[in-house]
Amino acid sequence: MTTPESPTTPREPDVQTDAANERAIVASTAPVEGGTTDYLRNYVRRLRGGDMGSLPGVTGLIVLAIVFSLAHPQFHTIFNFGNMFTEGTATIFIAMGLVFVLLLGEIDLAAGYTAGVASAVMIRLMVGYNWSWWGTIPAALVTGLLIGFIVGWLVSKVRIPSFVVTLSFFLAFQGVMIYIVQNGKGQKGDIRITDRVVNAFANEQMPKWAGWFVAALVVAGYAAVKLLAALARRRQGLAAEPIGVNASKIAVLAVISFFIVYLLNQNRAPNKNPVAQNVNGKIVFVKPSIEGVPWVVPVLLVLFVAGTFVLSRTRYGRHVYAVGGNEEAARRAGIAVDRIRISVFVLSGFMSAVGGIMIASNVQSVSVANYGGNTLLLAVGAAVIGGTSLFGGRGRLIDAVIGGAVVEVIQNGTANLVNGQNSSAVQFIAVGLALLLAAAVDALSRRRAGSTGMG
Amino acid sequence: MADEPSEPILELRGINKSFGPVDVLKRVDFSAYPGQVTALVGDNGAGKSTLVKCVSGTYTIDSGEYLFEGRQVHVHNPRDASSLGIEIVYQDLALADNLDIVQNMFLGRERLKGIVLNESSMEQSAQETLASLSVRTVKSVRQRVSSLSGGQRQTVAIAKAVLWNSKLVVLDEPTAALGVAQTAQVLDLVRRLADRGVAVVLISHNMNEVLQVADRIAVLYLGETAAQVARSEVNQQQLVELITTGGLGTDRPGATNGVPA
Repeated sequence: MTTPESPTTPREPDVQTDAANERAIVASTAPVEGGTTDYLRNYVRRLRGGDMGSLPGVTGLIVLAIVFSLAHPQFHTIFNFGNMFTEGTATIFIAMGLVFVLLLGEIDLAAGYTAGVASAVMIRLMVGYNWSWWGTIPAALVTGLLIGFIVGWLVSKVRIPSFVVTLSFFLAFQGVMIYIVQNGKGQKGDIRITDRVVNAFANEQMPKWAGWFVAALVVAGYAAVKLLAALARRRQGLAAEPIGVNASKIAVLAVISFFIVYLLNQNRAPNKNPVAQNVNGKIVFVKPSIEGVPWVVPVLLVLFVAGTFVLSRTRYGRHVYAVGGNEEAARRAGIAVDRIRISVFVLSGFMSAVGGIMIASNVQSVSVANYGGNTLLLAVGAAVIGGTSLFGGRGRLIDAVIGGAVVEVIQNGTANLVNGQNSSAVQFIAVGLALLLAAAVDALSRRRAGSTGMG
Repeated sequence: MADEPSEPILELRGINKSFGPVDVLKRVDFSAYPGQVTALVGDNGAGKSTLVKCVSGTYTIDSGEYLFEGRQVHVHNPRDASSLGIEIVYQDLALADNLDIVQNMFLGRERLKGIVLNESSMEQSAQETLASLSVRTVKSVRQRVSSLSGGQRQTVAIAKAVLWNSKLVVLDEPTAALGVAQTAQVLDLVRRLADRGVAVVLISHNMNEVLQVADRIAVLYLGETAAQVARSEVNQQQLVELITTGGLGTDRPGATNGVPA
């Protein structure tokens, strides 16, 4: 399932196109010499050329947020805002793993139940064998890695199409998960998690200062990377992104980060009336309070930064893109294509396990119902809506984050808007249509890229 | 460069290669010299591609001698060939469309600073290499290959060979899909490549092109070497005859092997 676009058909040979190409060259992906206006002009040209990047995802996110806020006031309460973080992040973890797989033009349909099996292993060890979080979480992660390795091995060595391998495992792992949940020592069925650390990811908040600190760290880190790179390139006489553009990107990130932390640091408890609590045998009245950034957010940030670094700054990441772009070229360049292919499934398995733990943390229990087919489809949807191509070679981890936010807004928004028995029907239809729309944007932008000579 | 032009850098003697019962190469001799363009011609199925794949290590030869810089070598895979300094520029170019020019030129041989890719060093080298080949058709080395024309792609692929200081560069039909102006540019580049002391092997179907740019011409006919001659020794008519009949005048070594109707 590698890219169907073959390089065997070079583009029109005549001189005129050559000249046209040279004009088009200015619209390259990389930093260009010149001022901010040139940069913007190039950006517009790139969009016209079919390289949409994150734009459809970001636009969709803003439009949907406005629509749902207008249609249903409950949507834009800070309580719901906080909720979306703890509900939506699991999808993003799985989607980030899927980006690696999609970059090779492969698919991992088993990701949802890989998450399920990993969390079933976690909960069985927890309730059956009294393992603590520092044993059960690694066990779940190793389960994910192993599953990924088996899938990757079957795809690259036995050469079964990944669609078939992972569809088989989609079914088989559902069974494995049911088996682990229903058998063995300890509770069975819908098993409650009592481990405080596992529950904390989605149900406990960082101290307020820590939230601000993380936001500051993110902004400072991003600024340092951007500015140092630009300075180094100028020193070496290479074209660099204009300082104005750098500065505005940093400013936008700063505004968004600090605004999110500000909102999450408010007390978002829906009912602030004091309730009676038993503290050391005494009855005291406590004001319910949910404030601070959920712990799942820093976990997401760490994995996102690490993954982005690997994809964009290391040899391994470069090779992943190369294999996705032209497998034959990669092979001739001496890249161990099979090893790359196995590795992306291993990463997907790992990230699925992380996602599985976060799903469990959010509902504070493990049951088969929480890992159904939509877990996977939401994650695939997130990656594609964010701008990762289904055809391989194009995608970034930020796609998973933006797409995951869109998916969560649709789910959350429709669930609040349409109450009653049709609620889940509407959710499915809305997310399904959004995925279809994103895939259409992907396919059309590819076609446009083909016809304008910009990919 | 330092090599004596009379000494071949690549010398193949009596190469045999068969796939099952089919003998594709039969006692093939072939030499390439530094600073010279050696054209490898022959009709479809004459064995040109197989010979190139033997040189590049994609296929291993059944028997025969493979000498590089005067020493007998064993080339079992493409890595062996590239460590000797042999670079093959394939007809389908083997460029990844989604990567830019720098990324393609360094693919599989990226420069690192610690564990991080050293982008600026690679970008500078790529720019220098293109400049040294007087390539002016490519404006930014950071544009994606998908945005390049056929001639520009060919240029990138050839520049890649130069970047790696290859001693022998094999170009498989570099102008097959190009128009007139771009063909001229690429042939110009082929010439400059040879003038730098590189041994260039040019596979081509186009007689005019071969006669225009080659210093030496090797003709394959049904898996055998029909001729290895200097450009000055043949005219177009004789070359066509060699390709289609495997010999000149009444001397037709290939005729006994049965020419397909």
